Amino acid sequence: MVSEKRTALIVAETTRGGNLAPITLELISCGHGISKNMGGDVAIAILAEEIGKAPEDAIAYGADRVFLAMSPILGVYKADAFLQALSPIIEQISPEAILMGQTDMGRDLAPRLAARLSTGLIPDCVDIKFEPASGSFRMTRPVFGYKALADFTSELKPQVVTLKSRTWKPLVPDRSRNGEIIEIDVSMNASQFKTRFVKRVKEDDTQMSLEDAEAIICGGRGLGDASGFSILDELAKALGGAVGASRPPCDAGWASASRQIGLTGKVVSPKLYIAVGLSGSSQHMAGCRDSKIIVAVNKDPEANIFSEAHYGVVGDYRKVIPHFINRIKQIKEK
Amino acid sequence: MHFIVCIKQVLDPEMPVSSFRIDEEHMRVIPAQGIPPVISTFDENALEAALQLKEIHGGKVTAISLGYKLSRPIIKKSLSAGADDLLILDDPAFENMDSFATARVLARAITRLGDYDLILTGRQAADWDAGITGQALSEELDVPCITVARQIQLEDGLAIVERMVEDGYEIVESMLPCVITVSNDFGKLRPITIPGITQAKKKPVKELNATELGLNPVPASRCKLERLYVPSRMRTCKIIEEETPEKAGEALAERLHDQGII
Repeated sequence: MVSEKRTALIVAETTRGGNLAPITLELISCGHGISKNMGGDVAIAILAEEIGKAPEDAIAYGADRVFLAMSPILGVYKADAFLQALSPIIEQISPEAILMGQTDMGRDLAPRLAARLSTGLIPDCVDIKFEPASGSFRMTRPVFGYKALADFTSELKPQVVTLKSRTWKPLVPDRSRNGEIIEIDVSMNASQFKTRFVKRVKEDDTQMSLEDAEAIICGGRGLGDASGFSILDELAKALGGAVGASRPPCDAGWASASRQIGLTGKVVSPKLYIAVGLSGSSQHMAGCRDSKIIVAVNKDPEANIFSEAHYGVVGDYRKVIPHFINRIKQIKEK
Repeated sequence: MHFIVCIKQVLDPEMPVSSFRIDEEHMRVIPAQGIPPVISTFDENALEAALQLKEIHGGKVTAISLGYKLSRPIIKKSLSAGADDLLILDDPAFENMDSFATARVLARAITRLGDYDLILTGRQAADWDAGITGQALSEELDVPCITVARQIQLEDGLAIVERMVEDGYEIVESMLPCVITVSNDFGKLRPITIPGITQAKKKPVKELNATELGLNPVPASRCKLERLYVPSRMRTCKIIEEETPEKAGEALAERLHDQGII
């Protein structure tokens, strides 16, 4: 059963409770753009343990066909299970492109899927266009720690890509859109899998999640030691924001690894990003460049962060930040 | 136990943005003068993982490096750090291979080495940042793969791995042999010592090219690089200047407030 349509297939990520994760809405938006150029449609594979509003939401946000695979084994992402569940869907619709997020799941899954399909993969994609003349895709991704961009084309199908998060804007949902929901029978036996998932442990972290924060205060190597982060905590409290870190403080144990922002950490785009004592390496900026306003405090006037920031203060953060906090408190009290 | 570590030589990812230049015609980065290449940082984390596991379980650590015109002193750092032998795969044909082709060549070389228990790679290379080779290598060898490890325990023929995820970590087990990709959270490579350097000189180094591996021509790349360029950026930073850093802190708060940002 091979479909005639040129399809972009989205691999969904769902939250506990069976709703679509934000990245999935971005993927559908991107897939929608491609499929319009291809004269095709958008299919989405939702692999999950429970399904809440995910199928209806997927259609409202731009998907045409929803493939639902439900199994307790699919409750947490596991490479073996997801590869097995995706296989019949890919076979049935033979998509032109398979889109995932550059997330924990996408980073792990996409290379294996592309290897099994003997096809190409562009990870961390920031742009993808279908070129009707050649019938192929042109894709852009950051390389060399985001110091450069590279454009690629490929003749192989399906083209697998993982999309950088917060790069595509979700479409405005249209509840009157029509779509088809197709349930896929998955009978899986976890004992056949080569790896065994034992458990997931959430690191003790009481503060607001970085993805949800409207203001992020991020500390770098220049904080000098772990005590610098308590000054940042205080600033975060004054602004109602969260504290992040670049890689060196995480490696040094000054900050928890789950706070890391950058190429190999989280990608954030808050309204206000205050970079304290961080040089602004391209690897770090990959995680925060799209913040609405970037403020830099660094004692080195030559630091790269000043070429990325909107506002800057050249000076010792231990002197600048406490007075910054006091003034904010005074302003907020007015 | 036989541990294999794949180490890639890359241009120093810590080089300042101002030294970063691209030859757009040949689609390559121009190596900055006076900044030597390094072993990709995540691969150094993988090497450290192998050395720690060898200390606990005994056995041998083999480092493999693939590329073209590899700097022998740079990649021999793996031996100075404690690896037991080094396999260098050096050939002009290896220069512009993609991750999948690289994985196929590595798989061929590893198969020739004979038995192994664990293959370690960095979570991604610090130059092209793809993060594909480790997983693709496991698919080529048809062994399991666990990615982004920060801790590895070996017990009764199993690898028990803590792998980093967004809000914490997961514990995943795999049968050996398998491939594990290692993240920076594992910890830095131990410092190189003088005795380490002395011992390294006596350690075996083997070199193979594409023909010797029976891979001439090398596997084709799956995506074609069309353009490599530095993105244009137009941002001018407004520096808040005051007599003292304390006053600058206050002025910053006022400016952000005036602009409706806070």
